[in-house]
Amino acid sequence: MNTSALILMLSSVGIVTFATAYFFFRVVTAKPKPEPDSYTDNDPV
Amino acid sequence: MSNTENWGSRVGLVLAMAGNAVGLGNFLRFPVQAVQNGGGAFIIPYLVCFLLMGIPLLWVEWAMGRFGGRHGHHSTPFIMHQMDPRRALWKYIGVFGIFTNLAVAAYYCYLESWTLSYIWHSIAGTFIGQSADQVAGFFSTYVDVGVSTTGIPYEAVVFWILCLALNTWILAKGLSGGVEKVAKIGMPLLILFGVILAIRGVTLTAGENGAINDGTVGLNFLWTPDYSAMWSGKVWLAAAGQIFFTLSVGMGTIQCYASYVRKKDDIALNAMSAGWMNEFVEVVLGAAVIIPISIGYLGIDKVVELTKTGGLGLGFKTLPYLFTQWGPVLAAVAGVCWFGLLFFAGVTSSLAMGTPIMGFLKDEFGWKHKNAAWFFGGAVMLLGLPCVFWFSEGVFDEFDYWAGTVSLVVFALFEIILFAWIFGMDKGWNEINAGADIKVPVIFRYIIQYITPLFLIGVFIGSLPAIWEKMNEDVPWQVWVGRVILLSVFFITSWFVYVAYQKRRKQLDTVTP
Repeated sequence: MNTSALILMLSSVGIVTFATAYFFFRVVTAKPKPEPDSYTDNDPV
Repeated sequence: MSNTENWGSRVGLVLAMAGNAVGLGNFLRFPVQAVQNGGGAFIIPYLVCFLLMGIPLLWVEWAMGRFGGRHGHHSTPFIMHQMDPRRALWKYIGVFGIFTNLAVAAYYCYLESWTLSYIWHSIAGTFIGQSADQVAGFFSTYVDVGVSTTGIPYEAVVFWILCLALNTWILAKGLSGGVEKVAKIGMPLLILFGVILAIRGVTLTAGENGAINDGTVGLNFLWTPDYSAMWSGKVWLAAAGQIFFTLSVGMGTIQCYASYVRKKDDIALNAMSAGWMNEFVEVVLGAAVIIPISIGYLGIDKVVELTKTGGLGLGFKTLPYLFTQWGPVLAAVAGVCWFGLLFFAGVTSSLAMGTPIMGFLKDEFGWKHKNAAWFFGGAVMLLGLPCVFWFSEGVFDEFDYWAGTVSLVVFALFEIILFAWIFGMDKGWNEINAGADIKVPVIFRYIIQYITPLFLIGVFIGSLPAIWEKMNEDVPWQVWVGRVILLSVFFITSWFVYVAYQKRRKQLDTVTP
């Protein structure tokens, strides 16, 4: 691959992959809000 | 809060939203658009459009949906009416959020059914031993519904009805029991299949299994920037269009999914996560499959020629033949991965198209959930008949153009004006930030108010010559029938909204002495 194509590809793929992983990590690790919230899986049985 | 349904988990909601956005276009449309619009330089306007138009629209639609859900509305006619109750106009503009889903589902489910059929044919080894022309011819024969490719009479229709029944059955299972479960299974599998194919595509070696180029030749072709293209309005219009269609904004599906979120729960981070996940599938996986593999076997000139007719030809006519070069077992595995990921991309989107219609019938006419799901299935089947039987006459493309392209831009333009200028940016900004788990940069307040509407006006004006050309071209009578059907669906839906509004007014008059 030529250098400009490689730089553009790696930077685009890097930015998109980082942002995807970062925001998904933030979703997964966010503290749940007090009940009643919008989600049923974490409801007390 | 009058939500009768809920999401099971936050991750499930994000995956369902991402699944709504990720569609067949991520793998078939994006790489072709990039090839036709400056190669690697396309990504710069594409990402700028994502930041200035895509992300703002995502936040706006999530906020509208959650606001509407709080008032018991799960479809755009009455979500928009709630945002500006003084003007009757908005609920009829909101009809776009139902009409578009019905009309797009009508042809999209047919497209989705092809992927199911091609999974079957990949496993059955139908393409083994066939020449490139025979595999391409198989597709043409397949969509000519009267001719059977497997001995099953009306095979394309059988797979289409199976696909519709599957969608309806999942929708009948409910939001957390059906849609969310499919997203939780489908999205990880889609990414896994995409990664497998991307690795295979990138590591192709010239001289092995008939390949004439390394996989990196295709990547080089796709990513080599032609910076002069960046100054072309056509390229910016293509980039804005791609962002628009890939995120599924302007359809009313995001509002519907978000209407089941409570005010204290986050939407800002959820929207970012789902939006970027779609970008990952498109930019990282979508770019690494179809172009590198096609160029690896066919060379650059042939692929450029093939992309002129869009991505469908490459995906359904070319790739199945190229997979057979890897031997029967790997061809079957690659076929299942490719058409499997297209199926999951399709089904998570078509399910999203069903929910606003079901929400409307449940909210306004008190329909039971299962009945609403079966109504959707039946309506899509009726509307899909002309797309299936007059595919070769161009009805499929006609539905795609008016419902899947023009309507989205028109609706998004109206909704951003409503949100930023009529509902008001103060209320709108508070709505976006309520319960947010991230700090939304203040600059987006001004982007939503000024830049995004201007972008959308630009996209709309830029599309006008193509619309004019489309309206003046000679088309077969079947296409005119398709146009009349589309207009009828819009007016019938508007009539339903009118009836629902009168019903609401009567109820209010009865309650208020």
